[in-house]
Amino acid sequence: MLPAELRELDRSVQSSYAESFAPALLDPGRVTPAAVAGPHGKAATKRYNVYRNNVTASLINALAAVFPATQRITGTDFFRAMARFHVRATPPVSPLLFEYGRDFPDFIERYEYAQSLPWLADVARIERAWLDAYHAADAEPLAPQAFAPIPPEHLGNTILLPHPAMRIVRSRYPAVTIFSANRGRDPFGQIEAADPEDALVTRPKLEVVVRHLPPGGAVFLTHLMSGEPLGAAASAALADSPSFDLPANIAGILAAGAFSDVKFGG
Amino acid sequence: MSMRSTVSTSVLAGAVATALASFASAAPLTEAEGKAAMESGKEKCYGVSLAGMNDCAAGPGTTCQGTSTVDFQGNAWSFVAGGTCASIKVPGDRQGSPEPLTRDVPA
Amino acid sequence: MNDLVTYRATPASATSRFPAHPIAGLAGTSFKHEHLPAILDEGKQEGFFEVHAENYMGAGGPPHDALTRIRRDHPVSLHGVCMSIGGPQPIDKTHLARFKALVDRYEPTLVSEHLAWSTHDTTFFNDLLPLPYTQATLARVADHIDEVQVAIGRPILLENPSTYVVFPESTMSETGFIREIARRTGCGLLLDVSNVFVSATNHGYSPLAYLAAFPLDQVGEIHLAGHARQTDDEGDLLLIDSHDGPVADAVWKLYDLVIGRCGPMPTLIEWDSDIPDWPVLRAEAAAAQAILDRHARTFTQEKIRASR
Repeated sequence: MLPAELRELDRSVQSSYAESFAPALLDPGRVTPAAVAGPHGKAATKRYNVYRNNVTASLINALAAVFPATQRITGTDFFRAMARFHVRATPPVSPLLFEYGRDFPDFIERYEYAQSLPWLADVARIERAWLDAYHAADAEPLAPQAFAPIPPEHLGNTILLPHPAMRIVRSRYPAVTIFSANRGRDPFGQIEAADPEDALVTRPKLEVVVRHLPPGGAVFLTHLMSGEPLGAAASAALADSPSFDLPANIAGILAAGAFSDVKFGG
Repeated sequence: MSMRSTVSTSVLAGAVATALASFASAAPLTEAEGKAAMESGKEKCYGVSLAGMNDCAAGPGTTCQGTSTVDFQGNAWSFVAGGTCASIKVPGDRQGSPEPLTRDVPA
Repeated sequence: MNDLVTYRATPASATSRFPAHPIAGLAGTSFKHEHLPAILDEGKQEGFFEVHAENYMGAGGPPHDALTRIRRDHPVSLHGVCMSIGGPQPIDKTHLARFKALVDRYEPTLVSEHLAWSTHDTTFFNDLLPLPYTQATLARVADHIDEVQVAIGRPILLENPSTYVVFPESTMSETGFIREIARRTGCGLLLDVSNVFVSATNHGYSPLAYLAAFPLDQVGEIHLAGHARQTDDEGDLLLIDSHDGPVADAVWKLYDLVIGRCGPMPTLIEWDSDIPDWPVLRAEAAAAQAILDRHARTFTQEKIRASR
């Protein structure tokens, strides 16, 4: 490299174009960066705004793609306004947009104008879990026969390995019912529901499936996911919910493809 | 957690046997049946499965290279929810009394 | 530049998981998952498919299943959107490793990235942002391209951007910058004819002059896309590279000229939002294919004449 080039490189690193260009992209209160101009002495305000707009609109679009039921519930205008605040406060830190929006449900929970829809954040949590399941690693779900070789005295210490796509979302509200009614395009009538609902999200093959967990199911699964053995998880579920139905829950996790392997006897 | 009841080996063994038997004989609900059950709010069991909709089948978080949607400035009138939420009645929400929009809207 | 030609003709290796499908002289389309059933119904298509690399950087699931099905029967072009090659900060090593893993896994016929940046500090802006053209940025962009090419073990095609602003600090023309990048790094070029038209309109220069100064001999792929119309501060036309509609007539004319000069080149119709039904997108690619085929006949005749 020529010495002249080196000198220019030094100077440019100290005050880079990105340093000048970036801050106003998500802050409409800032003026057009000094580093840019229009051609032939033209102004650059509307020109720079194209970038501001691309950044903001494409990130709102990304949230709308991740949270379609949330958007359907609130309507597009409300959703885009809410998403705009979030995009500005919490822009993505990864170029993988399917990772974006993890903080959005918490934002919704705090969002002033969504306070009349206290269940909305949980619906968004189910949608975020849905996308995690969609992109999770592929794995064969546990076959029922996997239990056959386990001696009864080892069942209590048996550990289940979670399928990579399995997620649980607990809600104080009927979030699963609201999610399922709004995830498609079909019209639906009135939803009147009061009971809390926990969701189990799985993707045993290629299709993401959201299920409604029975009482104690979420506690049972959460303990299993954290590596606790079957006996301890069942005890925890019973303690949480006296109506916990162990056979139905074991059948349920097999049908859902929530786990991918079992370990027992050591 | 010291109050926790413990599940005996025989209970576990019986539960697994029952589960495998029911698993073998269970016929999965169709998507429509599952949806109807979910919407009625009565279904409490794993047996209901809701297939993921394909709205996002393009891969949510799809990179888009350009946009002509004007969206970087806010609108003052976009703070009242207007989607399907009017048809959702859940005890505890404050549907009947929308928040008055007294605050200034950030630019 | 000879090694570039060798690289482009990479045959399927002994460890290949996919057949090597030739891409020369073919038109293709962006691959969108909603089109997968229609594409599979019709069976093997004539053209190729291009995917945005970042959408296939998840661990598993439907995206990889769909791309695997497409890749089995068609040539695939892997188009990186977020490498931030044009940024002042170092290339994200994690992202580069993901990119390399995709190249290894799917053995794409073409691999491309942008002369732009999208990440600053830790914020990802999800847009292709512009850079000044100086000796300093030239050196840095060349280093970044070297790094990418070494990592993936093959040259990339670098795409010319569509831009809306200029940097007064620029000391080189865009074509001069791109020519020098290609010379220093041995990378090929992805000529986006729509971007040429959009930028030329926005900056008030002639697209023909741009093309005359562009190193057409380094081009390995062409992009065509629809654009939208807005106005600048002075009320003059400002074109937005929106990828949300059909290719404009003026861009088709430029494309015809380009193919007449550099011969049939793999040509992609990009359509990334307001995505139409598959037959509409396929018809747009067929229009490009017709232009490619017409010039292919001329080029063959010229070759025959030259060999006499």
